[in-house]
Amino acid sequence: MLKQKISAYSILLGDQSLILGQRLGELCGHGPILEVDIAMTNIALDLLGQARLYYQLAAELSDTYEDEDQIAFLRREKDYNNCVLVEMPNGDFGDTIVRQYLFDVYHLMFLNQLKESNEKRLKAIAEKSIKEVRYHLNFSGDWILRLGKGTEVSNQKIQKAVDTLWPYTKELVQSSELETEMHGFGIAPNLADLEDEYYRQVKSKFAEAEIKLPEDKWSQIQGKKGLHSEHFGYLLSDLQYLQRSYPNSKW
Amino acid sequence: MVDVQKQINIEEIWEILEAVPDPEIPVISIVELGVVRDVKIINEQLKVTITPTYTGCPAMDMISVMIKAALEDRKIENYTLETVLSPPWTTDWMSDETKNKLKSYGIAPPAENTQDKNSLLGKPLQIACPQCESKNTVMQSQFGSTPCKSLYKCNDCLEPFDYFKCH
Ligand SMILES: [Zn+2]
Repeated sequence: MLKQKISAYSILLGDQSLILGQRLGELCGHGPILEVDIAMTNIALDLLGQARLYYQLAAELSDTYEDEDQIAFLRREKDYNNCVLVEMPNGDFGDTIVRQYLFDVYHLMFLNQLKESNEKRLKAIAEKSIKEVRYHLNFSGDWILRLGKGTEVSNQKIQKAVDTLWPYTKELVQSSELETEMHGFGIAPNLADLEDEYYRQVKSKFAEAEIKLPEDKWSQIQGKKGLHSEHFGYLLSDLQYLQRSYPNSKW
Repeated sequence: MVDVQKQINIEEIWEILEAVPDPEIPVISIVELGVVRDVKIINEQLKVTITPTYTGCPAMDMISVMIKAALEDRKIENYTLETVLSPPWTTDWMSDETKNKLKSYGIAPPAENTQDKNSLLGKPLQIACPQCESKNTVMQSQFGSTPCKSLYKCNDCLEPFDYFKCH
């Protein structure tokens, strides 16, 4: 039924935001400098807020899930459909900010398309989130330039992070079966339409930041199908610990 | 039978809501902030509609609790509180009076309208220091103590200050 599929799609979108938000939340009190600490946790808060909106909509439409908490905290690893990029570990600040930048460019382009969705509630979430994601991209894009053009060491660290994370970008702009189907209904953007513009923007920023582009390698990364990296189980055990140990506990 | 439910009057409801302060910036009310979108009476039931500032703003839960408490304090119990996302909240809804209140409280108010050219192009804005009016200020941190603010510093009086972002 269409309702169940929209629910599943809304969960996929919520998963991207929740998992990246969880990663950034790990930096609370651990940022390299105070301003960055505040920024990362503010971005985490926005992403968490967005995830809640997607999950609330999903729960409302779902026959399986009763509420947002059940979706966020009580699913198994294979039931999460986020791209692998967002679950990659924070590493050093270079890894964190490159991951953020690669996601932010996609995220803003994606939301600009989702706001044309004929699903009213997803459209409203997109319109609301766009304003926040603009700040995220400003922030991460500035740091790419600052560190890329900074010292030899900072450039090397950004380069290393780009080399590591590059293969994970493909998945952002490749539709899963569910997304293709949703596009057919006029609910979801066609991700393939974003691909050229995504790589154009990223490449031009990296050129400006004096970062070399890695070679495109064949990659088989399918977080959207529930196939995650070895890091994901650890992330989930942290994320789910409280609800699993103390079921139905509330703040 | 005595009807304990008070007769609801729209004007009075707005007055009640205007007395509910923003939990983080107590000098302005949630109405001035633009969070209260609508007050209606449908089939003799009061319906209050609010909208979040930022999606993850933790003050929103607090604001709902405060609205409920304010209504129930006045013996208004037959109501619903609904949250809407569209149209998305914007600082353009703040009046000049509200902006002045922010300024006297030490927070630089949104410098422009979101439709202004600089704002649309994402150009850095000239923010006046709320203490000494100097425009010789510099952004310290794009993200501040709450989602709606950035942190600035005044190069003349040397005071740091919060800037309420144009959103
Ligand atoms: Zn000053």
